[in-house]
Amino acid sequence: MKLLQSPAVRVGLSISIATGLYGVSFGALSVTSGLDFWQTMALSLLLFSGGSQFAFIGVVAGGGSGVAAMGAATLLGMRNGIYGMQVNALLQPKGWLRFAAAHVTIDESTATSTGQTDPSEQKRGFWTAGLGIFVLWNLFTAVGALAGAALGDPKQWGLDGAAVAAFLGLLWPRLKGGEPVAIAVVCALATVLAVPFVPAGVPILVAAVVAAAIGWFSHGRSDEGLEPDMDPYAEHPHQPARPSGEAS
Amino acid sequence: MTLWMWLLLSCLLAYAWKLLGYLVPASVLRDPRMSRIAGTMTIGLLASLTIVNTVASGQTLALDARLGALTAAGIALVFRAPFLVVVLAGAGAAAGLRLLGWG
Repeated sequence: MKLLQSPAVRVGLSISIATGLYGVSFGALSVTSGLDFWQTMALSLLLFSGGSQFAFIGVVAGGGSGVAAMGAATLLGMRNGIYGMQVNALLQPKGWLRFAAAHVTIDESTATSTGQTDPSEQKRGFWTAGLGIFVLWNLFTAVGALAGAALGDPKQWGLDGAAVAAFLGLLWPRLKGGEPVAIAVVCALATVLAVPFVPAGVPILVAAVVAAAIGWFSHGRSDEGLEPDMDPYAEHPHQPARPSGEAS
Repeated sequence: MTLWMWLLLSCLLAYAWKLLGYLVPASVLRDPRMSRIAGTMTIGLLASLTIVNTVASGQTLALDARLGALTAAGIALVFRAPFLVVVLAGAGAAAGLRLLGWG
């Protein structure tokens, strides 16, 4: 009971419920993209990173090859490496805990942790959000996958439109200011131009190369685009914001 | 079977990224360029996935009901709707437009 008085645990639990619930949309879209139930569950259990999971099924749904799906998912997962460095610096997990911590290092667990200032709260926030989301995300993925399989013709239900909306919803919180919007527009244009000339799935990798080049040659905020899909502190404005440009 | 292979490899690589963060020395964190590229690539990939799912149909471009889904999702996001509502708005718009005979 004492644990529930911790602000980090409370934030971690509410973000777990909010994030876990949208596992339903992942599960449903995954089975209608052509993956079976267990492939869908493998992504949620083992890959466990919302953006990359949606990327994988998004490429498959568009007729892309498995290797293109892997490329998109893997490139989108690079930011988890940055989160890993941030969390490692804060929590310094030892032994096997480090391997467990790595698996639940995602947008939301990192944001919940770095939004706290007290080291023990940082730790509680990370583990509550990380484990809470893991359990609920997988539970709701299963619910969505079973529901999606029962739906019949996915187009009739507008599930291809749901995928479009899901990607825009993941992109949206990262479009703060003119520069990220410009990056998004340039990459979207590069994608559209590439579609007629290369196999399905590859235009997404073309956009990744363009985005990486922009990141390499331009000088902007070093944490741009690293906002979480869901901001754990959106409804707790009294909490300190995530440290920006976390570089020390 | 080969989809399984790429899928499991994706899982392995995703975990490798995460673990790498815990294993590299803290000095790498001080290079802002790596974190900058991770960020611009996240924006670029999500923008690309959004547009590809909206207008691509294999190797051709098509304007259909999915354009309505994009618009509906955008409106829902402007009104700060939660993620699931945004997804439902997209599905509803695409399904509705098809009922009306477009796309």
